Amino acid sequence: MTDSLDIARRAIEIVGDRAEAEAVATVGRLALTRFANSFIHQNVSEDTVGVWLRVAADGRVAALQGNRYDDASLQRLVDGALEAASLQPRDEEWPGVSAPAKVPDVRHVDPATKDVAPELRASLVRDFIDAGDGLLGAGYCDSAFQEQSFVNTSGQEATGEDTRASIDGIHQTGVSAGSAHQTSMAIGDIDGSAAGRLAADRARRGMDAFDLKPGEYEVVLAPECVASIAIFLSVYGFSGKAVNEGQSFVELGRQQFDPRVEIFDDPLSTGALGVPFDTEGTPKRRLGLVSAGVTSAIAHDRRSAKKAGAESTGHAHPQSAVWGPVATDLVVQGGDESVEDLIAAVDRGLYMATFNYCRILDPKTQVVTGLTRNGTFMIENGKITGAVTNLRFTQSFVTALGPGNVLGFGDDARFADSEFGAGFVRAPSARLASWNFTGGAEG
Amino acid sequence: MFDLPQRAVEGALAAGARYADARYVEGRGESIDVLNGRVQSVDRNESAGVGVRALVGSSWGFFATPDTSDDALRHAGARAAEIARASAVAPGDPLSLAEIPVVEAEYETPHQEPPLEVSLSEKVDLLVAVTETMQAVDQIRLASASLGAWDTRKWFVSSQGHRISQHLVETGGGFDATAVGEAETQRRSYPQSFGQYETGGYEVIRRWDFAANAGRIAEEAAALLEAPECPEGEKTLILEGSQLALQIHESVGHAIELDRILGWEAAFAGTSHLELERLGKHKYGSELMNITADATLPGALGSFGFDDEGTPSQRVPIVDQGIWVGVLSGRDSASIAGLPPGGMVRADGFNRLPMVRMTNVGLLPGDSSLEEMVAETEDGVLMSTNRSWSIDDKRLNFQFGCEIGWEIKNGKRGRMIKNPTYTGITPKFWAQLDMLAGEAEWVHWGTPNCGKGQPMQVAHTGHSASPGRFATVRVGVRG
Repeated sequence: MTDSLDIARRAIEIVGDRAEAEAVATVGRLALTRFANSFIHQNVSEDTVGVWLRVAADGRVAALQGNRYDDASLQRLVDGALEAASLQPRDEEWPGVSAPAKVPDVRHVDPATKDVAPELRASLVRDFIDAGDGLLGAGYCDSAFQEQSFVNTSGQEATGEDTRASIDGIHQTGVSAGSAHQTSMAIGDIDGSAAGRLAADRARRGMDAFDLKPGEYEVVLAPECVASIAIFLSVYGFSGKAVNEGQSFVELGRQQFDPRVEIFDDPLSTGALGVPFDTEGTPKRRLGLVSAGVTSAIAHDRRSAKKAGAESTGHAHPQSAVWGPVATDLVVQGGDESVEDLIAAVDRGLYMATFNYCRILDPKTQVVTGLTRNGTFMIENGKITGAVTNLRFTQSFVTALGPGNVLGFGDDARFADSEFGAGFVRAPSARLASWNFTGGAEG
Repeated sequence: MFDLPQRAVEGALAAGARYADARYVEGRGESIDVLNGRVQSVDRNESAGVGVRALVGSSWGFFATPDTSDDALRHAGARAAEIARASAVAPGDPLSLAEIPVVEAEYETPHQEPPLEVSLSEKVDLLVAVTETMQAVDQIRLASASLGAWDTRKWFVSSQGHRISQHLVETGGGFDATAVGEAETQRRSYPQSFGQYETGGYEVIRRWDFAANAGRIAEEAAALLEAPECPEGEKTLILEGSQLALQIHESVGHAIELDRILGWEAAFAGTSHLELERLGKHKYGSELMNITADATLPGALGSFGFDDEGTPSQRVPIVDQGIWVGVLSGRDSASIAGLPPGGMVRADGFNRLPMVRMTNVGLLPGDSSLEEMVAETEDGVLMSTNRSWSIDDKRLNFQFGCEIGWEIKNGKRGRMIKNPTYTGITPKFWAQLDMLAGEAEWVHWGTPNCGKGQPMQVAHTGHSASPGRFATVRVGVRG
């Protein structure tokens, strides 16, 4: 396989002393096996190569990316970036490239997941389908390997690699559906049968659903729902750019969440995913975002940090100048109650398996509208008593985890799928005192 | 360049595929973002590679590589066939591909000024000036503007003999002003949220005249901070064209995708409330509702010469006087449904599997006007420019938020209102369509960010629309 560090080094060598520059090179393989109506209908794989180069010549900044890495192509990439930069006004907020710094020696890699045979993914899909015992299965199983390297003109170099695998799917009865999700660094951890059984169980329990009158209800959220809340808080709230622009809810040092809430970004711990540095070469580290309900940190790249008078926390990505830095190794700390215990404590409320199509109405208040999907159940006297048709909610995600509204977290924290995709959040189930449903299946 | 995809096809056939096609794609793109008079980013990208699709039995396999050496391309074809064979662990029903003409052809987007050849300094100057105009308005904390362009060349070859080359050019941009209050933000965008994108060159940007609209947009954003909230209740709703375009995209465009109807997207994007046996009978909306999927519209973002299966672009009736009559399809899905292939299968780059995507799914104009609709409304709300969108997995239950609204009382546009939202159920909502503006207000709105598929693909789609009125709709939903 092509050496990503070699690509990044060659790009920076071509820049020479003409500009400050930073290069990120990636090589890898992504494969995804997709199924619907209980058969595999899409099955894809690709060899990936990418090189992203940002230059700053006399404070004039431009970035180019491509997927060709021979010397002539890299020369064109560098020349194109320098030309684009030369035509621009000076960027007064350019923070400069990062100084050399030691990157943690952490590798989230499973050798067996580097190049997974299509037959293995297909067999995991088969297991998921068979576990439905006649129900209609749909979803995907994927595996990915990526080697990523960073080099800049100040001498910072970093290289790392990571693997990941997921299975995500639903079973359908014809009138209901249930979902399940697993993500891990290792394909060997993925259990298609277990995922299929959970999805099938939720689907069968979801039959004979009734329409519930919208309103405020106590709820128990599955990890997928909590993960979506966390990623919205991260993208629209804990982002240094959002804070700098006055668009974030974040007020450091204030009790904005319930004392039970602990949220941190944890890229180095066992079980995390990704490489231990960001696309500016800044080493990653653990960052406590919410401690005992108090908002305690903001995620920065070098640009937002400079503006805030802070230091980068290692959350740059190629688009962070526009979209803002994002914490994507989130952990919502679990509690010590089982999900059964959480449900048992509810007199009258709802259990939600997943959210669907969440969209933010105002980033400052974090009011979000979305729907429930693939498993919405009535809880009465501590027991699930029936299925409910999907509901629309319009709910502030800050208020959802706000003081007094969190009644407990489950002991089942795991990588959960989220509105922004899989692999970003490890989250538990949660019991919340109130959730605002604004519409039913019929509007 | 046809020899590159040809080698991949040969590799797939040699490995046992009964059909194969491949695309060599060279893509170039540029995006420029300016915030408060300062360039935030100038990003340019280039990519090239081959994606090959192989059909073995009833199973597809797909492999993509940026390596265009002979060996790598033949290996890519063989890998696609190998992946297809692995799919046989969970095979589908026997599969055939709907017949299409086998052609050797070429197509180029009509355009005047290649957008990537316009000087960077001219583009940056425009965006900086626009943001500075907006910043001159009190309470505007964020004034941003952006331009984007794509220049894509592709060469398609199939084992049936297709050899098609295309050169597609897409250009667009926009700007927005955000006013930040004590506990809220208010935003106004032009020409629409996320900008307006079309097929064509830099002449698209010149036509939309950013400079002439920046001051008004900023004034509106600032005024929204002081505006009253959208009233709650059942009202007559008038939607400006770009919001109606998004309504079409979400509640019609995705619902008529045949892969969704067949259940192929059930786990992720979702299914559809439409059932094939109701095609030709299902009442989608009022008699004013006439929708086509037309990939031949000059300038519209979803226009092209051939789709990524080699099917010629075409105009397909979707809703005729309120009755559902058509779908978006590809060769395999059309064959299963017993329908003619619609030429709506496209991929997001060489490294993605072609799948059913919207072309230009648009609402044909009526004979009214926005002015006339307002004059004939006693108690209503006019809403403009999307701010949020959410719809369920069957494309039935939706809730949209807009950037700005105005009360309408006794035939007159009244005070500005903020945070306007509306919600409804697709067929009930479209049944309420009772006035529709005419051709003079009909615009080919573009959506450059339509997500679908796993791995995720982003498509560029078009939605022609003029302003429309809906008799009774629930508005003012709040958290």
